[in-house]
Amino acid sequence: MSYIYYPGCSLESSAKSYDRSTRWVFNKLGQELVELEDWNCCGATMYMSIKETISLALSARNLALAERLKGDIVAPCSSCYTILNKTNHVLEENFILREKVNQSLKKVGLKYNLTTKVRHPLDVLVNDIGIETIKAKTEYGLNRLRIAPYYGCQIVRPDGFFDDKENPKTMDRLFQALGAKITYFPVKLRCCGGMLMTTFQDVALKLNKEILECAVENKADCLITTCPLCQINLDAYQGQINKKYGYSIKMPVLFFTQLLAYAMGASKEEAGFDQNLVPVGENILGGLT
Amino acid sequence: MALEVTKEPGILEKKESELRAAFLYQVSNIPGGEKINRCIQCGTCTGSCPVSYTMDIPPREIIALFRAGDIESILASRTIWTCASCYACTVRCPMGIKVTDILYALKRMAMDNNLFPKRFPVFVLSKSFVSLTNLFGRSYEIGLLVAFYLRTNPLKLFKMMPLGYRLWRRGRIGILPKRIKQRRQLSAILREAEIMEMIVPVIASSSSGVHRQRSFPA
Repeated sequence: MSYIYYPGCSLESSAKSYDRSTRWVFNKLGQELVELEDWNCCGATMYMSIKETISLALSARNLALAERLKGDIVAPCSSCYTILNKTNHVLEENFILREKVNQSLKKVGLKYNLTTKVRHPLDVLVNDIGIETIKAKTEYGLNRLRIAPYYGCQIVRPDGFFDDKENPKTMDRLFQALGAKITYFPVKLRCCGGMLMTTFQDVALKLNKEILECAVENKADCLITTCPLCQINLDAYQGQINKKYGYSIKMPVLFFTQLLAYAMGASKEEAGFDQNLVPVGENILGGLT
Repeated sequence: MALEVTKEPGILEKKESELRAAFLYQVSNIPGGEKINRCIQCGTCTGSCPVSYTMDIPPREIIALFRAGDIESILASRTIWTCASCYACTVRCPMGIKVTDILYALKRMAMDNNLFPKRFPVFVLSKSFVSLTNLFGRSYEIGLLVAFYLRTNPLKLFKMMPLGYRLWRRGRIGILPKRIKQRRQLSAILREAEIMEMIVPVIASSSSGVHRQRSFPA
């Protein structure tokens, strides 16, 4: 079965390493990842909260295009994942909005019949491909590595369906199987503030500080995440957090696929480590045996 | 902010009842939106919210104010703009109320009725996001940030430059926007959807259970 890849706008610019490592991992596992031809922005949280019908039509265009190809969409960005799923959910439940959206799509000869499923690569990797298959393909064990798994808000909430909404374990299971130690990390679902980093920076810095503090207190070597926005908030603003709160935290923040790719034998460039602002040091890379 | 009930119970001003009708229509669009009726004021939403400490009216009070017939105060509050969309309240509400979606509905109404400071950062960011996305079909991250800071706080643009430079050096900033090929097709969809947005079907306002105003105690 081939998957329809929907990278999303962030993976084209600020989170290229996520894109690169995701493609690398799927390729290594022999899974075809076909990029959706001429996909458009899903609208993200910001569009949805301004214009309802228009934002639904915007994201439904992607779903309609994917429907012709008959396959599941794989969306690595948590926000895309949530918005596309939410579009499915709203259109299923509300026939008026469904009619309105289809009327808009009809203008250009498109139609959406609600059959496109939207999946997250974490879900596909663990539940379709399987941990054992992945383990068989790894070249290094993650033996001495202590990982804080940070899921962020929008991968399991509100319409995510592959894991628990209060204590997700998918990433924990995957990396445990590869030999890593998962640290106690009760803030795995705490919000990083998302776009508040731009609009109300003080609030967002405090939220990110709490996440980093928790990882440091539990002696994690690195944080792994599934969301481009969480990654950039925790990684790029770590300097400002240190300055504001008088800390000297140096916590690498990786996309889970980056670490996975590296364990499966990717080079540092292929895993996209060159794009991390907080350098991914030898304490991580040297720990792999 | 404490709840002040200044109006006579059960009687709504004209403006308030218009706002209420618009709100109830918006809420009726949310799958399961009518559950707002069931709120037991337990405060799980406020307790779960990572940013409730910055809100002038926390989520639980929003629902209380709605029941008390004071949507105007809600629309003027900071609350709807500080929500980070983490959905913790929605997932945890024991009565299944979609709090985040309700805040979105209120945000749309506040914008439609011009009930907030014009230079309010979240509004400027969202508006810029929408117009750039309509133009290119994809989000243009760096263009969005520049447009945002120019309109709200140009000085901040200079402060952000060192960080921007570090991100750029690592290849994390696309200077030029990415565009989709079929921009015409997309604008045709969006134009039609804009017309659709304005159509308010009669059926939605009469079939929904949320419309019985008398059932809300003042």
